[in-house]
Amino acid sequence: MASGKEIRNQIKSVQNTQKITSAMEMVAASKMRKAQDRMAASRPYSKKMRQVIEHLAFAHTEYKHPYLNDRAVKRVGYIVVSSDRGLCGGLNNNLFRATLMHMKTWSDKNVDVEFCTIGSKAQTFFKRLGALRAQATHLGDAPALTDLIGTVKTMLDAYNDGVIDRLFIVSNEFVNTMTQQPQVDQLLPIVSIEDDAELKHHWDYIYEPNAKEVLDSLMIRYIESLVYQSVVENIACEMASRMIAMKSATDNAGDLIDDLQLVYNKARQAAITQEISEIVSGAAAV
Amino acid sequence: MAMTMHLDIVSAEHEIFSGVCEIVVAPAVMGEVGIYPRHTQMLTPLKPGEVRITKQGGEEESIYVSGGILEVQPHVVTILSDTAVRAADLDEAAALEAKEKAEQALKDQTSEINIADAQAELAEAMAQLQAISRMRSKMKG
Repeated sequence: MASGKEIRNQIKSVQNTQKITSAMEMVAASKMRKAQDRMAASRPYSKKMRQVIEHLAFAHTEYKHPYLNDRAVKRVGYIVVSSDRGLCGGLNNNLFRATLMHMKTWSDKNVDVEFCTIGSKAQTFFKRLGALRAQATHLGDAPALTDLIGTVKTMLDAYNDGVIDRLFIVSNEFVNTMTQQPQVDQLLPIVSIEDDAELKHHWDYIYEPNAKEVLDSLMIRYIESLVYQSVVENIACEMASRMIAMKSATDNAGDLIDDLQLVYNKARQAAITQEISEIVSGAAAV
Repeated sequence: MAMTMHLDIVSAEHEIFSGVCEIVVAPAVMGEVGIYPRHTQMLTPLKPGEVRITKQGGEEESIYVSGGILEVQPHVVTILSDTAVRAADLDEAAALEAKEKAEQALKDQTSEINIADAQAELAEAMAQLQAISRMRSKMKG
């Protein structure tokens, strides 16, 4: 059996680890709340934009924007949104698995795949597969839309040039603190513009300078805002996932300490019992 | 009391202004526009500049926007503000940078793959050596 001092040292080191994990848990919890606020704050923008685009799509049937046109698929693009750091449970691995599954359905149909990654975890994972078009890493806890413009534009250009015919975004959906769901959404061509009777008004906007230009700049901003939202939501997921992972690590450390404490107490008691019996037998011999 | 309309100024990152106002003056690309309540529906991009708002009761406020899109409906005005000054060449530069980073990452990978390859070769060579030495010891025995 290990000596008392050894066990004491081990308990000490587990306690130190526990302190770190519980601190990380608390940090993640507070960051998660902030990320959730950011998630809520970015919603009105894209919601408003979607309304305007839907209206435009109906009012202007003669000008069909390429982002609304479905075309034959020869090559698809993915924007994969991951975290920059690890220690957040299976969050990134689940996401990559979902991406690979989705990719497989395309590669079965002989469709090529290209990537654009956001976050360093996705970058290291997907660069092995090649065909990495663009990437952005180290966006921090409060990403700015400006950091994403370049990456999004690269993919939009690829779509405009006909290099890719469909663009997907893969990111985690924040269901609640306990659950984060990887999901694949189609960005381009824009889907599910609802055939809503309410949208078929008889009025139209005045456009300055003209409808096409306004629509073009709207579309780019709309896609950007969707990507931005996914990035912010993914951060909230990362923090929630890290919080849960660190909580279970702290609990496990607690269990370990309890077990070690028990072993330590037993060892100490055994030593005392042995000492007493030695004294008693010594006294009896006299 | 003067007629009013609702004004929302939102950017992709957060809400900048939301409230009731009497007049909005915004820097549209074709020139500055002043919007009063019951203006007809209009959609126009904005230049970087100042949005002047006359709030209910006459109090004035001005907000700087770095471009964006102005949407006008008779009783609701929405400004979808950009978070930074946008220009075609600036966007192009950002795209190039993102591409370069990706190429850099792909270049870096070669060294990593080499390590993995080397490790695999090493494992194979070691297995071969083990097999040979086993055979030799058998032959001796």
